[in-house]
Amino acid sequence: MGQTIAEKIFAAHLRDEPFPGAKVLSLDRVLCHEITTPVAIADLEARGKDRVFDKTKIKAVIDHVTPAKDSKTALQAKMLRDWARRHDIQDFFDVGRNGVCHALFPEKGYIRPGFTVIMGDSHTCTHGAFGAFAAGVGTTDLEVGILKGVCAFREPATIRVDLVGKLSPGVYSKDVILHVIGQLGVNGATDRVLEFRGPVVDAMTMDARMTLCNMAIEAGGTCGICLPDMVTVDYLWPFIEGDYADKAAALESFRYWHSDADARYEKTLSFDVSALNPQVTFGFKPDQVKPVSELAGTRVDQIYIGTCTNGRIEDLRQAAAVLKGRKIADSVRGIVSPATPKIFSEALAEGLIQIFMDSGFCVTNPTCGACLGMSNGVLAEGEVCASTSNRNFNGRMGKGGMVHLMSPSTAAATAIAGVITDARQLV
Amino acid sequence: MKKQFGGPALLLNRSDINTDEIIPAKYLTEVTKEALKPFCLEDLKLEGFDPAGPRLKAARVVISRENFGCGSSREHAPWVFEVNDIHTIIAQSYARIFRQNMFNGGMLAIELPKVDIDRLFALEAAGEMLIAVDLEQLRIVATAGSQSENFSFDISGFDKALVAAGGWVEFADSRY
Repeated sequence: MGQTIAEKIFAAHLRDEPFPGAKVLSLDRVLCHEITTPVAIADLEARGKDRVFDKTKIKAVIDHVTPAKDSKTALQAKMLRDWARRHDIQDFFDVGRNGVCHALFPEKGYIRPGFTVIMGDSHTCTHGAFGAFAAGVGTTDLEVGILKGVCAFREPATIRVDLVGKLSPGVYSKDVILHVIGQLGVNGATDRVLEFRGPVVDAMTMDARMTLCNMAIEAGGTCGICLPDMVTVDYLWPFIEGDYADKAAALESFRYWHSDADARYEKTLSFDVSALNPQVTFGFKPDQVKPVSELAGTRVDQIYIGTCTNGRIEDLRQAAAVLKGRKIADSVRGIVSPATPKIFSEALAEGLIQIFMDSGFCVTNPTCGACLGMSNGVLAEGEVCASTSNRNFNGRMGKGGMVHLMSPSTAAATAIAGVITDARQLV
Repeated sequence: MKKQFGGPALLLNRSDINTDEIIPAKYLTEVTKEALKPFCLEDLKLEGFDPAGPRLKAARVVISRENFGCGSSREHAPWVFEVNDIHTIIAQSYARIFRQNMFNGGMLAIELPKVDIDRLFALEAAGEMLIAVDLEQLRIVATAGSQSENFSFDISGFDKALVAAGGWVEFADSRY
């Protein structure tokens, strides 16, 4: 019997099975941010176990509220900073060098095919785009990860998601994943891995694949995962060129992780995306999804472009292409947060930042901020935000506020019109 | 530390109750569990439920429906229950991370089939509900007014070991 990529990664990392079905895996990466890590640090200190299992496998960033907005967030940042220094964690990213974790860590080359990755953040599933098993966990799992380098999972079954056909111009990976979640439901992949396959995935860049895997958790999925290919090799090449004779050799090595032809899936779903139109959410759950045309004309107050879902350079290019030479509506405010300093620099060099500013957008530093209603664009009661983020829960971006999830292109068109708009309809 | 299970129940009759409803993100700036205490279920809008009311204050058990605790990985969601002395959740199903976080903290996230969850919600009509949990026999007795109903449940050997150890840190520290 063949194995899926997730089963291969589990087999290669199995450290213990204390009870049937409870698999304790060794970890290649334990990623930390300032919201969920400080309580783990404090607990380790209280237990007299303030140690780390391997300082080179732990990476840390201040990203959720940065620069600190008040004394409490300053304390969280300080706790993470002091801890990173005390344990000589070299890969710690403080103000000025920091960015949204799920954009920054891949960009630094930390995520490789076949890795096991945990973080105290539900969107850790993003890193599956590299062919890694990457799962969001709570603070206790994070704490044990930091101390022992292990984490326990029930081995998840895999749902294979074949994406076939060809995306139309103006339709992006965000539209695909919103559509898939709409079909699966918010509970449709609970305790499952979503393995994204097919020609549509093959044609996607790493940025687009990360958008796809980022939202696996919104269907309840433990991890979204893509099979590593030459696109993966090209992205990682600056970090791995010393390890392989050439790119072909790297690809051959990565192929080890590919699901076998006779691997067993719980089920296989197939979506032909050729006729797919831009998608948008309409309620307070991410599976409440409709084509943009059905919500066209819905008034919004704010547009937010950024986050671990859609704050990468390609996303900014898509939005800027729509905004170029245009002004956003007087009735709205637009906020863009490039997800990392590197992305910010690239956007500057390409003239994208000027386009955002000329159109009337506020450009903020890289941070999670407004996505979860913590800073830099929190909504007032009754306000509506068109957002490129991943979660539209009631009050997510501010108590009493509402969020419509959409692609950067749709968000930009919505900014110009002041109402939800299909970018392809802009005159 | 070993937890107490069972007690007066608060019934939340909706699926997909998410972590933002259980504890809004704006409170994630706290660095102690205790500081979360006043904000339990603050953003949950559900007919008949008042986050400031006496029912929540008295509750030691929460009963709900499908996909409880979906959304964020924040362990602040189980913690806000923990510091309010709610150490038992009974639901039809859970989001993976929330469920794991409950057992990792030595608390109980009990799954019952839909037919049993429906029985619990029906029983609520008889009055305020008291839940007794027998972890040895894996049985629940729900009492409301003069009526009482019995349920059996199952948890995995691993989950049972986590509860017995007091949580995943204790379990892992003694073993790895």
